[in-house]
Amino acid sequence: MSASAETWGAPPAEWTRSHLLGLETLSKEEITLLLDTAERFRGEVLENPLGTGRKIPLLAGRTIVNLFFENSTRTKTSFGLAGRRLGADVVEFAAATSSLSKGETIIDTAQNILAMGVDAVVVRHSCPGTPHILSRRLEHCSVLNAGDGTHEHPTQALLDILTIRRRFGRIEGLTVALVGDIAHSRTARSDIYGLKKLGAKVIVCGPSTLVSQGWQKLGVEYSYSLDAILPRVDVFNLLRIQFERQVVRPFPSIREYALLYAMNAQRLAACKKDVLIIAPGPINRGVEITPEVADGPQSAILDQVTNGVAVRMAALWLTLSAGRKNSK
Amino acid sequence: MSTLFLENARVIDPAAGTDRQANLLIRAGKIAAIDPSEVPADAQRHDLSGKIAVPGLIDLHVHLREPGGEEDESIESGTLAAVAGGFTSIACCPNTQPPLDTQASVELVRQLSLRARHCRVYPLCCISKNREGNELAELGVLFAAGAAGCTDDGAPVADAELMRRAMEYTLMFDKPILSHAESLPLDKGGVMHEGLVSLELGLRGMPAAAEDIMVSRDIHLAEITGARLHIMHVSTEGAVAAIRRAKKRGVSVTAEVTPHHLTLTDESLRSFDSNFKMNPPLRSARHVEACVNGLLDGTIDAISTDHAPHAREKKIREINVAPFGIIGLETALPLMIEKFISSGLMTWPQLIEKMSVNPSRILGINKGSLAVGADADVTVIDPETEWTLTEDAIHSKSCNTPWLGRRFRGRAVMTVVDGEVRYKI
Repeated sequence: MSASAETWGAPPAEWTRSHLLGLETLSKEEITLLLDTAERFRGEVLENPLGTGRKIPLLAGRTIVNLFFENSTRTKTSFGLAGRRLGADVVEFAAATSSLSKGETIIDTAQNILAMGVDAVVVRHSCPGTPHILSRRLEHCSVLNAGDGTHEHPTQALLDILTIRRRFGRIEGLTVALVGDIAHSRTARSDIYGLKKLGAKVIVCGPSTLVSQGWQKLGVEYSYSLDAILPRVDVFNLLRIQFERQVVRPFPSIREYALLYAMNAQRLAACKKDVLIIAPGPINRGVEITPEVADGPQSAILDQVTNGVAVRMAALWLTLSAGRKNSK
Repeated sequence: MSTLFLENARVIDPAAGTDRQANLLIRAGKIAAIDPSEVPADAQRHDLSGKIAVPGLIDLHVHLREPGGEEDESIESGTLAAVAGGFTSIACCPNTQPPLDTQASVELVRQLSLRARHCRVYPLCCISKNREGNELAELGVLFAAGAAGCTDDGAPVADAELMRRAMEYTLMFDKPILSHAESLPLDKGGVMHEGLVSLELGLRGMPAAAEDIMVSRDIHLAEITGARLHIMHVSTEGAVAAIRRAKKRGVSVTAEVTPHHLTLTDESLRSFDSNFKMNPPLRSARHVEACVNGLLDGTIDAISTDHAPHAREKKIREINVAPFGIIGLETALPLMIEKFISSGLMTWPQLIEKMSVNPSRILGINKGSLAVGADADVTVIDPETEWTLTEDAIHSKSCNTPWLGRRFRGRAVMTVVDGEVRYKI
């Protein structure tokens, strides 16, 4: 039997936030609620074999705007799909460039969108904190952070964590290594906040110009050697080198980076038997990951994409439901 | 010219070691008498019971923006904000458009400030032509035109040889050279202090080392040249330590610190509010403590505002593109009363030294005194009055301050410049 809006049930009362800005401010219980809700959407809606059943109109009549000031393919598509699967109308706001190069400020843009009568804004912006500023300016409108500069990318981390939880059945006690450009990665920050709250041990690994020793003070282990940590890690998240965010070039060549940090078959052989390999994508084959690893049995890269839709459905449903409650 | 009689104030004149109830007679722009036996019949009398009269406050570091940035501030509005904040003299920075690197631009600022008739304005001229750090500006001409010192401010001279030459060249004019000490390559793309908070927020950091390195460089250059070096807006533990050591060995270096670097930390940036974005950035608590201690032990001579007005449309941009800086003229005194007087960390005479006597000495302008015969620049402070900072209450054209809505206790209530009441509430 396919899931229906009638039988789905009311949104959980424990969830009270009308915005999803980051994982740093969420509690362990809130993160778990998001994951459980996403799990349910995945099982009862996304994996429904009947085409019509892949939609559940919990947000029918609501309007969601994708406000992306930075290029994005998968996150934007994933949010769009999630909104449509919930029966909402999803509108793309053509913000090809940030307000950096236009006369309009982000606040003007937001007020314009609000004047159009929108229920939620999914925002991606190159500047940290932009969703936070927006959330303070927009009344009765949910703000979901789809990546703010090098700060947070909460739904990416949630889908990473959901992927890990589905494979291992737990997060507590696992050792998760984030490998690569930690300095410029918003996914790394959200992963760190989320994974630690759920009881995982986190290692950040990469070149010393991209891995701050300061993470230690925030309860995260750091390592400059990928080879040294291979045997004791349960999950590797292979982060992309964010060339577009780097103010200065942090290492001499891509070749040198790949020699030191690419996850290849040889390194994989030194890992635990049941090691899980994930990557936020788009992946650079041959840089942080070689094709045989990306396409191999340890990789869950495509599973992550499916989980991404489920996580975003959960985020949209919970925040929009809380928003409606809060505004009443 | 009016004759003023200021009666019953607590008169604090640190230069003379005075702190007592007294009456001041002001005539022809000068302090004519203290506790005169007779008061001229035409004297305008002000009963200042419960208030404090001090030598006019002096701010070494103000951005008036005019010419070129009139959307942010004008000489009229900036100098009005100054007297409203209790400042009778200010030094203004040359990073205008065009910059103050010609006789004409320095004279323009002087003329406009005379026309505004609020506070005294001492323009600081550029060290290098167009603040480009390539060749010396015509410092002799600029000083003759009225520039009180020179600085390239936010475009610090990167070439150590040029900086050395500039220092040597200022010797024959006996003018201070002011340094915004920052290694620009280290701070490239930076938004906030580099530390744990910047790591967490993903905002690009500006390391304390960027300041420490340039402070040390300029101290060494002052040491070999003998120039009167003044370090602007000190914000790091390392800079305070370097200045302390330099003073011990006799280098002619002075330093200032801003109210915001004495009261706020980088934790404020968690709000992503661009009113906490300044350069130098708000540092961590350790650095703030070092600055406070440096001020208390005399390593840092003066409190300056680095009043940096920016129009609303500029400051509401995303934090990584919003300009650096906040206004400060109208909040400096109340903040410092709260930080140092209310807490008991300083006495009133000590605070007035940092805000009047020492800035006067650094600029070499012969102010900061209430002695008979001195220029009659007087700030009257009501230490008890309670008030709230609102946009309507701000005289500056811009309202970029993190203290909007804040309740304060104490402020300047009357400002006398050149023997005239230029501001009074």
